[in-house]
Amino acid sequence: MADPNETKKEETDARRLQTFPICRHSDMTEEMKVETMELCVTACEKFSTNNETAAKMIKETMDKKFGSSWHVVVGEGFGFEVTHETKNMLYMFFGGNVAICVWKCT
Amino acid sequence: MPPRQSTKAKLASTSLQPGKGQAKGDKSSRKTKKDEDETMEYGDGGEDWMGRPLLKPPDQLELSETELKEEITRILTANNPHAPQNIVRFNFKERVYKHVSIVEQLAVHYSVDGHLLHVDSDEARRQLSKISSVGDTTSVVSGITEPREEEEIEETENKDEEGTEEPEATDIIESEAKEEDVEKGGKPKYERKIRNQFNFSERASQTFNNPVRANGCQTEPPPRANFAATASQWEIFDAYTEELEKLESKKEKPKAAAVKKEERLTKKKQTTIESQSDDISRVAKAAKIVERMVNQNAFDDIAQDFKYFEDPSDEFREQEGTLLPLWKFQYDKAKRLAVTAICWNPKYVDLFAVGYGSYDFMKQTRGMLLFHTLKNPSFPEFIYTTESSILCLDIHRVYPHLIAVGFYDGSVAVYNIHETTNTPSYMSTSRFGKHTDPVWQVKWQKDDLDNNLNFFSISSDGRIVCWALVKEELVHTDIIKLIIHGLCKDELENLQLKIVDCGTSFDFHIEDDKMFLVGTEDGKLHKCSKAYSSHYLDTFEAHHMAVDAVRWNPFHPQIFISCSSDWTVKIWDHNIKTPLFIFDLHSAVGDVAWAPYSSTVFAAVTSDGKVHMFDLNINKYEPVCVQVVVSRKKNKLTHVQFNPVYPIIVVGDDRGCVMCMKLSPNLRRQPKAKKGQEVKRGPDVEIAKLNKLLNLVRDPDIKPK
Repeated sequence: MADPNETKKEETDARRLQTFPICRHSDMTEEMKVETMELCVTACEKFSTNNETAAKMIKETMDKKFGSSWHVVVGEGFGFEVTHETKNMLYMFFGGNVAICVWKCT
Repeated sequence: MPPRQSTKAKLASTSLQPGKGQAKGDKSSRKTKKDEDETMEYGDGGEDWMGRPLLKPPDQLELSETELKEEITRILTANNPHAPQNIVRFNFKERVYKHVSIVEQLAVHYSVDGHLLHVDSDEARRQLSKISSVGDTTSVVSGITEPREEEEIEETENKDEEGTEEPEATDIIESEAKEEDVEKGGKPKYERKIRNQFNFSERASQTFNNPVRANGCQTEPPPRANFAATASQWEIFDAYTEELEKLESKKEKPKAAAVKKEERLTKKKQTTIESQSDDISRVAKAAKIVERMVNQNAFDDIAQDFKYFEDPSDEFREQEGTLLPLWKFQYDKAKRLAVTAICWNPKYVDLFAVGYGSYDFMKQTRGMLLFHTLKNPSFPEFIYTTESSILCLDIHRVYPHLIAVGFYDGSVAVYNIHETTNTPSYMSTSRFGKHTDPVWQVKWQKDDLDNNLNFFSISSDGRIVCWALVKEELVHTDIIKLIIHGLCKDELENLQLKIVDCGTSFDFHIEDDKMFLVGTEDGKLHKCSKAYSSHYLDTFEAHHMAVDAVRWNPFHPQIFISCSSDWTVKIWDHNIKTPLFIFDLHSAVGDVAWAPYSSTVFAAVTSDGKVHMFDLNINKYEPVCVQVVVSRKKNKLTHVQFNPVYPIIVVGDDRGCVMCMKLSPNLRRQPKAKKGQEVKRGPDVEIAKLNKLLNLVRDPDIKPK
């Protein structure tokens, strides 16, 4: 009886721990990076069921804050190769199963 | 028509015009104004040629002169005095009577309708069309009458600019009578724009159109980069597990990290301390340059003298020259000390070292080693303080940063200017062959067989020691012991008492580096060799008192000079026992120095504060210049040195003051060039010059070897 309980606990632990964001790649300035990551976290928490709206929210907010032509991909599995303006790229994981790629390119 | 009109007027004016009424009779009204009317009556007759008679209304007031002259002020206002001021009207909106505050002030006293029509009005159009139709017919029918009528039209229309034309469609259609004229005249045309009829001219112009120009530019696109990755569930999972592991490992290490941090902090502190100490040294170079610039400005006149001044009075003197005082080098902490040694730096011709100490054996205090430069006369370049008096120093020829120093307490030391410390890099100790008496002279030598730097020292304890700089210490070798032979042997006790001779000065031969001269306290001069430590090559009974300085001539290999406290300076040939020249200077001679530019010139300083300059080529018996250079009479001069390049000497006195003096042209005069002959320079010429002199003096029997 004890074993499944423990495994369950571990799982929950892992899940709880895995809610934090991990930055996989970024060439933004530290300040901008922190801000963008916070924005991504709030967007993904707000629209946890709908990645599209989350992406839309991120894009629009980024457009307002840092100028237009931002692109955002939010998803659980995707591959990409993008050309971006330097100092304007962030690729991060969040919530244990979502990858978010934010970049700016006109 | 006019006659009818006039009658009408008469009829109308009968009631108003008393003049005419008078004619008809109405006398009752006129009787009161009889006097005044007389004039009227006269005028009545001449009505035609006098113009109109003066008419007066019958009810006019009769006023006296004064009344007429009285001024009555009236104010005309825009308000209508007859307008009612309290109109009340019924207000249908509020269903009450209300007072109307705004009253119409306009009062119409006279109005008349004009006979003018607006061109655009319907009536005018109608009339115009009528005119045109009538005009056409009349012009065809009455061809003969046309010209006359045209004239008339011209008269009426001559105010218009276009008088020759047929009457245009008039803006104003006047009376019907006129209308008829117009009808007859013409063909009315389409309406035209009315211009200023009095002052009109038509002009046209066009503005310049600028040529169109195209201009384009392109900015550099912002820098871009590519990035590619694949997001999948397992990659995300891996990333998270990795991150978690990192976090855990961090938790384990906080203690170690804390220790490291402390270490770092201490390191940082150390570095900050170091950097702080470096703060001043960072600006040191700039500060030095500024200091020198300021000094150059402050002593500008002296610097100019140093470079350019040549005493013009020398031209009028045959032999004598003068010394021009330039800078004075003083340092507060060395004020009480005597200058005991001066040495020019062989590399930097503006730099010289000065040793300070005391010659008074009862009052021995501290010593000081200063480096002065001509570029900064106000403050020494380097300062070293020593516990004991410095008595001598020498700067190494090849390594000018090394200075050998001899002290009163018998020790010798080597200072290295490159090192920042205030202590000597080498110091002899009592354990390793230190002199027991004051060291009177030190002299660098060529490197020995092991390529060690070495120097010689001479002391009152009678030893001449070679000091070699081996690694970190001074290694000493006794070269010779000055022993007075045969004078004092205690035969009774059968003890070998050796009475030493106190060496006071020495100098090494320029060519034969084994040979050197030693001056002693009892006035003897010994010619010695490094090869024989036991005995002398030769001994001269030179002076009656201590030999203060002995120097080889820089050009001639056989000649040397010696000076002593017995007031004399003597010039010797080292092969001849007797002096060639003897000069009595009437005071103890502190130092003597050969000039670097001539074999026959030397300078001597005496304790009465005088500098004696000799040029044997000019005068073999008298000095060419004797000059008192000290500030106070009590001061003694102790040392003199020629600058190797510039025509200046430095002399030191016993009050710590070093003076720099420029030699006047007579003191450095070269042999005059004969016509068509080049002046030869170089050591050979100098030797020949001196030889020529010496031949006169030498005893013809004794020939040089």
